[in-house]
Amino acid sequence: MKLYVGIDLGSTTTKAVVMQDGNVILGKGITNSRSNYDTACAIAKSEAFIDTRFTLFHQALEAMPGLSLDLETFLQDLEASFRLQQFLNQLEYLAEVSIGEAQSARYRKVSAPLAERLNAIFSSIAGQAPEMFGVGSIKRSEFFRDLAGNTYMRLASELAEPDAVPYDLLVNIYDKSIIKVENKLLDLTFESNIAKALKRVFAANRALSKADQQTVQRCADEVTATELDVVNSVGTGYGRARLPFPKEQIRSEILCHGLGAHYMYANTATVLDIGGQDTKAIQVDRDGIVTSFQMNDRCAAGCGRDLGYIADELNLGVQELGPLAMQSNRSVRINSTCTVFAGAELRERLNNGERREDILQGLHRAIILRAMSLLARSGGVSDEFTFTGGVANNEAAVNALKGLIEENYGRRTINISPNSIFTGAVGAALFAQKTDAPAAVH
Amino acid sequence: MTQAPATDAVQKERSMILQKEMIADHYKQLEHVAETGRKVVYTFVPGNLNELIRCFDNLLPVHPEINALQNGMRKRTGKFILDAEKQGHSEDVCTYVKADIGMLRAGNIGPAGTKLPNPDLLLLSYTGCFTFMKWFELLREEYKAPVAMLHTPYQGDGTISDHMRNYMVKQLREEVIPKLEQISGQKFDIDKLREMLARSREAENDLVAVLESAKHRPSPIDAYFGGVYYIGPIFSAFRGTAGAVEYYRALREEVEARVAAGKGPITPDGELKEEKYRLVVEGPPNWTSFREFWKMFYDEGAVVVASSYSKVGGLYDQGFRHDPEHPLETLADYCFGCYTNLNLPSRVALLSKYVQEFHADAFLINSIKSCNSFSAGQLLILREVEERTGIAGGFIESDLVDPRYFSGANIKNRLESYFQMIMQKSKGAA
Repeated sequence: MKLYVGIDLGSTTTKAVVMQDGNVILGKGITNSRSNYDTACAIAKSEAFIDTRFTLFHQALEAMPGLSLDLETFLQDLEASFRLQQFLNQLEYLAEVSIGEAQSARYRKVSAPLAERLNAIFSSIAGQAPEMFGVGSIKRSEFFRDLAGNTYMRLASELAEPDAVPYDLLVNIYDKSIIKVENKLLDLTFESNIAKALKRVFAANRALSKADQQTVQRCADEVTATELDVVNSVGTGYGRARLPFPKEQIRSEILCHGLGAHYMYANTATVLDIGGQDTKAIQVDRDGIVTSFQMNDRCAAGCGRDLGYIADELNLGVQELGPLAMQSNRSVRINSTCTVFAGAELRERLNNGERREDILQGLHRAIILRAMSLLARSGGVSDEFTFTGGVANNEAAVNALKGLIEENYGRRTINISPNSIFTGAVGAALFAQKTDAPAAVH
Repeated sequence: MTQAPATDAVQKERSMILQKEMIADHYKQLEHVAETGRKVVYTFVPGNLNELIRCFDNLLPVHPEINALQNGMRKRTGKFILDAEKQGHSEDVCTYVKADIGMLRAGNIGPAGTKLPNPDLLLLSYTGCFTFMKWFELLREEYKAPVAMLHTPYQGDGTISDHMRNYMVKQLREEVIPKLEQISGQKFDIDKLREMLARSREAENDLVAVLESAKHRPSPIDAYFGGVYYIGPIFSAFRGTAGAVEYYRALREEVEARVAAGKGPITPDGELKEEKYRLVVEGPPNWTSFREFWKMFYDEGAVVVASSYSKVGGLYDQGFRHDPEHPLETLADYCFGCYTNLNLPSRVALLSKYVQEFHADAFLINSIKSCNSFSAGQLLILREVEERTGIAGGFIESDLVDPRYFSGANIKNRLESYFQMIMQKSKGAA
């Protein structure tokens, strides 16, 4: 099977998209960007291939006559089981690294009680994992670092003893170990983990007929054996220069977001992308070709990282900010155009007795006001308008944006894809289908 | 990479050597004014009356802007600016001014590493930018030096009237020349001024030939990054001198040879072998990361074929030449015509003309954070030039000599995006 891969190496997350001839998306993968870009890229790509094989698996099962199971429910269960399996594999390695760390000479005096607590923590996390990955469970993050870290910290605070194994020591062990885990390429592929995931689903679903189990197993084997042949890859995003691609396989994220947005919504004329550390206002023509753009410069206020900073200040997950702000019925004006000052303003407002929800709504509006300025500079908001990037998943940001667009430009069709975070990678995958290297303009 | 090996770069051409010698000699003369008894006139590039200063043979000019940009290229301005801010100058003030004030506080050691003399006169001849007035107001307090002011009316409606010209000539006669005479102790000699103006004209003809050479494909020069070197002598202390005439003749010959050989411009990494994009650039360059900034262009095969910055000290390519027959009137006309003295419609018209005449496929604005006279209205210029020429404009932001405002990764990202956008548009569809 001939495939094209687009990779968007962003400052916060790395995304990969696998595309088939005819511009059909087969798989998407995402991971948190980390100090080692090569690893982030490899993991996002591996995730996109897992997703691709799940798509192929889905297609194969759909084509099977006589299958009596509820396919959608079964696949949801299987994917949850697969994610659990990946989590357990990573957890196992994290436990190994952490316990190894605890045995180093500097912890000699506390090595026995430390190992005992670490074992208790990791076995407790493993015990809680099936619930974390149950269908419909709400997670603060999709990434192993956050999922394992949140539970670890909670357990560490419960099990710590100031005189024997202090909390800071347990945190220190985690911080050191998670970096090693994140930068190790573990085998989390479909091929290596689907069997265990299937076994768990079969065991949990006694009602599944033997015939269905055999069919499913046969399809899984076929999909596992399918050769995925990558014809071309294109990279984009802030870390694109670090990708192991020749120059002609690197595209600016502006072009990728423009083309990706056009792919998702063919009538797109204006694109706003709010990423981790930059905001881009892009105008495209009817073919998705960029005609004008503006980006924030010198200052990252108004970008996704702004929200991350505020989330840290409030000890919340970044995904919790939007829903909290949506509970507000009165927006507090945040004047600061600087991320750090906005944090100071936030604390002051809290001290003054303002509600957290109201402050957050004001903050979302402040962020969107910065984007409005870039949109104006790039040529305004034309119909249709497509909002992309991670912040497009934030309902409060979207609400503020809709209001300000209508106020300034009148009614516009506003497109937001649930997959908006992949827009850049989609654009890159589309470019990957264009194998021609850049030549002179004239 | 589209450059030849870097060995080409170290091969200095005659013009480069001449310019280096001229500048070194000038700083040397400035270093020794205490022994030679020569007097020093501080003045500015846009509205530079070099011939008038130098027809008094014991006067030497100093250009604070040039010192600031040269210090910027030598990475000295970051500290100077911080020192000026400690003195109470705000973050938003022109960074040339702060770099100058900081240098002064640090002992007035100029970019050549030699001490610069204090001014005997501050010749406040400025065009378009009112910060110049405030700048010399500060220097007047610092040095307790007298000021001779020449007020150049702004070309608000895009024309120069006789009334404006007469007003300038009157100021030259009644304010500027008497003060120059007083400082130098010499009588003004109009014939000497005519001789210098004739030499200016000769050099200007050669400079225009050099700038016009960029109409060739490939362009033998980069009219922005290379251009700032080409305008060096004529915008500063050398216009009207025999040295400038020799320099521009040599430069023209070299450039004409490059045209004949079908060669592209010389970059710090050697000759540019493939011209992929032809740009018109509006706005000054960044000086603190000049090489890094330039590299972002030539690495992409981008050549600047015309720029507005290379016109801040005179718009010779639009036909103006110093005229020895009308010495004072010609100095007035020169001041009127400096780029910063043009109104927005004239700037739009000029930039659009450059795009068309130089067959550019890209138009880029480098917007300078601390330079209001350049930056105000640049987005309007961008839209208007796009409208008139049909090419898509690009917009980047940096600063003159404040290293804090040069964000290399951001600028590179925008430039790469912009070049890819131009490429994509030229191909039609994705």
